[in-house]
Amino acid sequence: MSLLEISLRSLAALAAVLVLPLVAGQAEHKVMAHMQGRLGPMYAGGFHGWAQLVADGVKFAQKEDITPAAADRSVFRLAPAVALVPYLLAIALLPVHPGLAAADVPGSVLLVLAVTGVGVLGTLMAGWASANKYALVGGMRSAAQLLAYELPLVLSVASIAMAAGTLSLAGVVEAWSPWWLLWQLPGALVFLVAATAELQRVPFDAPIADSEVVMGPWTEYTGLRFALFMLAEYAGMVVMGLLFGVLWLGGWQGPFADQLGWLWILLKGSLVVLLIIWIRVSWPRLREDQLQRLAWTVLVPLALAQLALTAVGVVVTA
Amino acid sequence: MNDFIPGLVKGMATTARQLTRPTHTAEYPDVAPELPARSRGVIALVESNCTSCMLCARECPDWCIHIDSHKEEVPPASEGGRARQRNVLDRFAIDYSLCMYCGICVEVCPFDALFWSPQFEYAETDIRDLLHEKERLGQWVADVPAPPELDPSAAEAPEVTAANKPARGGRAARAPRSRRDEGEDA
Repeated sequence: MSLLEISLRSLAALAAVLVLPLVAGQAEHKVMAHMQGRLGPMYAGGFHGWAQLVADGVKFAQKEDITPAAADRSVFRLAPAVALVPYLLAIALLPVHPGLAAADVPGSVLLVLAVTGVGVLGTLMAGWASANKYALVGGMRSAAQLLAYELPLVLSVASIAMAAGTLSLAGVVEAWSPWWLLWQLPGALVFLVAATAELQRVPFDAPIADSEVVMGPWTEYTGLRFALFMLAEYAGMVVMGLLFGVLWLGGWQGPFADQLGWLWILLKGSLVVLLIIWIRVSWPRLREDQLQRLAWTVLVPLALAQLALTAVGVVVTA
Repeated sequence: MNDFIPGLVKGMATTARQLTRPTHTAEYPDVAPELPARSRGVIALVESNCTSCMLCARECPDWCIHIDSHKEEVPPASEGGRARQRNVLDRFAIDYSLCMYCGICVEVCPFDALFWSPQFEYAETDIRDLLHEKERLGQWVADVPAPPELDPSAAEAPEVTAANKPARGGRAARAPRSRRDEGEDA
């Protein structure tokens, strides 16, 4: 691979991580508004406020970058990068077209899981380094949530990797067939719930619940660093949506996959993102103990059962 | 578990249904609001109707109406007649920084000089500019809407009822008047 190709692929991944989260964020603005009988942003950019998030970005860039006096300076300042960069890596790993991913590596399933796990580390660093009680409580909640939901997430992905017999995302898409929708349904549900929890979105947003802990680990952040955290949240949504599309919905598979593969994966990914937004508008927040109970008494057993079911299926059909 | 799953589904159905319906947002600066009849926006002054009787200024609970006037002698209309006096309005001002929009002045004006206009966009950056002199008050008259139609089932005004009373012949028509005369005598 030449240097030019490497830089082109990196730039493509960077562009994706800068643009797709904004599209997801704008979709959230508009869908949430209309679900609540409002219009949402209407002015920025002229046509139905399409440039609202660009305007927000400009606003954030103008604001002062404050580091609290009591904060652990270097950790505090590094945290937004730790939150965002893993999702940049993860987006690079996703296969977006037959034979095309920004970074095509053999064990991409493993790598994408490892990398998204690192992303939450940014939240923990922010929570600890802020030297703020709300940030600390939020960080602790986030740590507990991570511990609880990483396991069902990994188990459900393990099931699909076992069914495909490969640890490559592209390999999973090639091995995928429509009846997996039924066979892998419990695992898919577990992944969807666990991914929402990993992203700390409603109904699992106790770590950043603004009515309880201000903004949780992000309380002390201002300006561009805060914007990076927001970008990381929406980049995470995009990554999880696309990952769900790749693993459970057959990625680029669909009519005219050779030409329209990229469109299919985008479509499947945006459906998942829309579902996450829809859930955010409709459901109340889970209490900290409730979400722990959901993880350990429902999701982990369900994921293990799915793993067993997959194993039986693989042995029988082999 | 059995309790909250239907609740969650119901919540998602509610938001999805709302998504398909028109929004409730009033796009105010772009689209003018539809205000009901008799909206209390600003008080308009028809200067020619004002006789400087001071009723409005005296009834105003927070004394926000300022009236200055002087008397002028009107020469007799015909030869040998008596010269009459007439009030000329020098100043009529309403201080909207004091006004509490009770509308008592509009109610009390016996000469139909004050009206409610639904116009409400007259905020100022300096509180002193909220004192509207009679020229400014006169400009609001253009925005005064025609009075709304009476409710179809409403009782008619007493004047209309009296005028519409069926005639009961020559004697009967005179009878009430004679009865009232008797009453006055008594």
